[in-house]
Amino acid sequence: MAFPRPRPARPELPRQRVRTLQCGQGAVRAVRFNVDGNYCLTCGSDKTLKLWNPHKGTALRTYQGHGYEVLDAAGSFDNSQLCSCGADKTVALWDVATGQVIRKYRGHAGKVNCVQFNEEATIIVSGSIDSTVRCWDCRSRRPDPVQVLDEAKDGVSSVKVSDHEILSGSVDGRVRRYDLRAGQLFSDYIGSPITSVCFSKDGQCVLAASLDSTLRLLDKETGELLGEYTGHRSTVYRLDCVLSEQDTHVGSASEDGRVYFWDLVEGSLALSLAVGRSVVQSLSFHPTLPCLLAATEGQLQLWREDTFQPEGDAA
Amino acid sequence: MAAAESSDSDEEDLVSYGTALQPLQEGERLKKPVPLQEQTVKDAKGRYQRFHGAFTGGFSAGYFNTVGTKEGWTPSAFVSSRQKRADRTVLGPEDFMDEEDLSEFGIAPKDITTTDDFASKAKDRIKEKARQIAGVVAAIPGTTAFDDLIGPSKITVGVELLRKMGWKEGQGVGPRVKRKPRRQKPDPAVKVYGCALPPGLSEGSEDEEDEYQPENVTFAPKDVMPVDLTPKENVHGLGYKGLDPSQALFGVSGREHLNLFAAGSEDTSNLLGDLKHSKGRKLGITGQAFGVGALEEEDDDIYATETLSKYDTVLKDEEPGDGLYGWTAPKQYKSRKRSEREVKYIGKILDGFSLASKSSTPSKVYPPPDLPRNYRPVHYFRPVIAAGNENCRLQKALEESTGKLESDATQQSRHALNASQRRERLGEAALKGPALSVLEYLSEKDRERLKEVKQASEQQMKAKMLPPQSQNSRFQPAPPADASHKWQMLLGGQLANVGSSDFKPFARNPEKQKRYESFVKSLKQGEKDTLEHCLDPSMTEWERGREQEEFFRAAMFYKSSNSTLSSRFTRAKYEDDVDKVEVPRDQENDTDDKETAVKMKMFGKLTRDKFEWHPEKLLCKRFNVPDPYPDSTIVGLPKVKRDKYSVFNFLTMPEPTTSVTQATNEKIQQNNSLNKPKKPSRWDVSDKEKEKKDSISEFISLARSKADVQQQPPVPATEESRTGPSETLPTEVPNEDKDQEEESRPSMDLFKAIFVSSSDEKSSSSEEESDEEQQPTTSVIDSETTKQVDLPDSSSSNLQESVATTTDPGVPLLPTSKQELDATEEFGPKLPPAFSSGSTCQQEPVVPVSFPGPSRKEKHRKNREKHKTKREHKHKKEKKKKHKKQKNKGKHRNKKSEKDSSSDTEDSSDSLSDRDTTGLSPKELLRRLKQLQY
Repeated sequence: MAFPRPRPARPELPRQRVRTLQCGQGAVRAVRFNVDGNYCLTCGSDKTLKLWNPHKGTALRTYQGHGYEVLDAAGSFDNSQLCSCGADKTVALWDVATGQVIRKYRGHAGKVNCVQFNEEATIIVSGSIDSTVRCWDCRSRRPDPVQVLDEAKDGVSSVKVSDHEILSGSVDGRVRRYDLRAGQLFSDYIGSPITSVCFSKDGQCVLAASLDSTLRLLDKETGELLGEYTGHRSTVYRLDCVLSEQDTHVGSASEDGRVYFWDLVEGSLALSLAVGRSVVQSLSFHPTLPCLLAATEGQLQLWREDTFQPEGDAA
Repeated sequence: MAAAESSDSDEEDLVSYGTALQPLQEGERLKKPVPLQEQTVKDAKGRYQRFHGAFTGGFSAGYFNTVGTKEGWTPSAFVSSRQKRADRTVLGPEDFMDEEDLSEFGIAPKDITTTDDFASKAKDRIKEKARQIAGVVAAIPGTTAFDDLIGPSKITVGVELLRKMGWKEGQGVGPRVKRKPRRQKPDPAVKVYGCALPPGLSEGSEDEEDEYQPENVTFAPKDVMPVDLTPKENVHGLGYKGLDPSQALFGVSGREHLNLFAAGSEDTSNLLGDLKHSKGRKLGITGQAFGVGALEEEDDDIYATETLSKYDTVLKDEEPGDGLYGWTAPKQYKSRKRSEREVKYIGKILDGFSLASKSSTPSKVYPPPDLPRNYRPVHYFRPVIAAGNENCRLQKALEESTGKLESDATQQSRHALNASQRRERLGEAALKGPALSVLEYLSEKDRERLKEVKQASEQQMKAKMLPPQSQNSRFQPAPPADASHKWQMLLGGQLANVGSSDFKPFARNPEKQKRYESFVKSLKQGEKDTLEHCLDPSMTEWERGREQEEFFRAAMFYKSSNSTLSSRFTRAKYEDDVDKVEVPRDQENDTDDKETAVKMKMFGKLTRDKFEWHPEKLLCKRFNVPDPYPDSTIVGLPKVKRDKYSVFNFLTMPEPTTSVTQATNEKIQQNNSLNKPKKPSRWDVSDKEKEKKDSISEFISLARSKADVQQQPPVPATEESRTGPSETLPTEVPNEDKDQEEESRPSMDLFKAIFVSSSDEKSSSSEEESDEEQQPTTSVIDSETTKQVDLPDSSSSNLQESVATTTDPGVPLLPTSKQELDATEEFGPKLPPAFSSGSTCQQEPVVPVSFPGPSRKEKHRKNREKHKTKREHKHKKEKKKKHKKQKNKGKHRNKKSEKDSSSDTEDSSDSLSDRDTTGLSPKELLRRLKQLQY
């Protein structure tokens, strides 16, 4: 090229389906990358939790022990432990290597929708349909939660944890942010039931997806609306929303079997991926690469950027 | 690609660690492992390696237990002596050793080691001499003398270094000195009697000195022989030594008289020093004991004939130089050598050293710090005694008397702290455990009762005690001072811990309680007179006396009960405060404003609520975050106590003013907000609906309806119409609602009115008439409820459902239980169906009456039988049961058979048409149809 490019390359988006995995565990309720993005967890409706290497397409381990379908899972920072939650109202802490349940936390009155480790994997934060967020201690043997955050008026559909905050999205249409450092609770009213919340990578914004088929980007400090993203369909199901690895794009699953990506700043629809015929249930974005995991029905799909060359044979 | 990757789940459960073995080549055989007995070690020549040589206990000697070779012992070859004389081979031990023994790690390594050969090129004279001696002593004298010519001597590195620096053997170390000539040299011919001079010092040097010494000639300092301090271990006589070879050989003795007291160490010096004398002399044995050998030329002094000329005849100045004399030294000599005498304790000053002219500077001494002017050299110990301890004074006295005082609490290590101190430091709240008094656990009512009992007993006591008192004055009680004294005697020191403020017997009368507390305090302090101060001066004397006694008794009572009972009780976790309930202080207030703000997209201040929130301390610790409220004991949102029965506790109203009118207002508002179809989303609506059913609003309405059932018939009616799914909800509602439910439970009739119809509807077909009666009015509801009844939809997959329904669906009670499950599943956004292709998802949308909305999205559809009309409701149900049976058979099948799926699609299309009757617009229908076929 004679002309040098004036700007750095645009951030890539996953546009190319690299791999499709049949998980063989019923409906995949959630798919989650681990902390470094090399592995992923799938939560099946057949009560199992599976650990995969999505890049190679190998199943590494199956974790059995839930009494009902598994709804969410998360991996610890050191990859030594997993936590999962399910419709059996329990939260389970797993040992990755042995596949055994280390602890089970019972106390939720309903199915547990979402689960997260804190930074040091000392606390498991779980949100349940019983409208509480419970913080479980991984260190001690106490059976009851360290603290119950029962401010929500309806089921908690999504929980995220930062180093000093707990963010919860509830069906009562509010996004609550518990700031441990400041000792304050910020409650932002969205109106429509929240299905998924997430922090931006820089920790300044909060993305909330709600059942009015809208994603909203809120300023964390003031609660002001920074952006609205529409075009997908989310009216019934608990669907995930994601932010891309550099916070450049906002993604959401949709009930029409597609995944939509918007430009974060402009709010314009950047991409829509046809993932499947039915609802895309869960999304997980790679922490550092333009790489997306999407779960629909019983399968898991790995999407990479266009320039990505899959190593070896895809078979 | 996908198909190739897909595999069964069970095979992929394996975890692989490490690297895999190389796959075997075609036709390659597995190597057999070598058995243990065949695992041998061979050396480079193919021989079996022995791990020890023959000389070190080797277990196999030589070559297959022969010696070294295949042939075993071989005689040394015969060599004819005619042509060639067989040179006599001297066999050393090495000849019988194996190679291994001679190798590096054998017993006689031949490889490079630091041997004499490489130690130094210079000869070690001592060794040389020893060799010479050995040669002399050997059987054939003189043989080893040749070795000296060839063999190098071993000299240490230090000696060699010294040599490089110019040192020569026999010299001392140090700069060269000028030596003064002797004042008097003893005549060699003159025999010296008495103590012999130390030979190394006087004699040795004597030999080298010449008469003539030029001024500019310097000499090396004399060598200093170390004092040998080896103890005498033999049984020889003192000073005996064997034949000294040097003297014997070199005839030194001829000129000197034998030194009886020469120390052992002198031997070496003689050996070193006298060698030169023997030069040119023939080696041989000479001495007193041996007589004169045949080879000896001179036989002059064979028997050591003592001549008088060898002895001194006159006492002369014997001072030979710088030798030491000891304490017997002549006075004159002593005084002259004053400076030297000072260091006699050291011995002679080393050559090259001199005494310092000035003494070295003494080490600096730092003065102690100045004490402050007001310093008193007494340490004050602060006694550490737990407050409230009964015998604290005793303990204190004890400690003071023994002088064993504990150190200050602040300086104690953390191990020395007790739990409460640690707690204080960590800023944690005190445990509310058995330390409290029993009365604390009692409710107000019980306390009162206790008090009554106590008072009654007091009266009795008083009645008993009165007669003796009345002897003095009938209507006057005993003087308070007396009484107090008496009581004090009675109670003694037991009251030490009375006033821990737990016990409030007169809580109802705060003034009295205050008086009681001060009374107890003063009692504890042992004051007598102050008791009267505590009492109310406005009271009559009789009242005062009575009250005082009362106080005493209360204190007494508290004492006994506290000690005996308190350990058996624990504090209730929740206070049984019957008419108060804790309610969050701040509430997320009314959503109406926010709703409008959201609509206007004015997020920010309008939509944000900010509360003070107290995280649990442990949570802060785990998050590595400092506790924002280190002093607070609150966890979560700050709460306030409110009237339990107040509806406002559960409503999002800022401050309730207790009035019924507002309650009604609230109610109306609630209804308004519920009925307003504000939120366009389908789920949201159903949520609202549920909320209305399950939680607060339900209870409100129930309470209302209980109050005036007749007034508001529509409310129960709607309730009734939709109680199907919500039947079991009370078990699922949050705790506070549960409480309230128990508290304000409406009459059974009401419950019956609500619940009976729906449950009966499920269980018996006779209820279907009622169903059908309802249908004209609430047709949608009916269809929905029946759907729910029959098909245990959940948000989950077909699989789950079939698992859940293991029993016959014909059992009447089962649907209810299943429905419970469904009801609980109705919260929140749903989970997508497992497999939409099979269309076996049974997501059950609950269509509320009031919102037959377009918001309903029908992704999850029931598989229904193809009966569109409500008339065939019953029939439909039966068929559905059948269908479910089929599904039960086919459970755990992921894919339905072709037939099933076709029927399912049929069903769903039917259901679509069914829905058509529910008043959906054709447009909507078309859209759904498209979705379905997508």
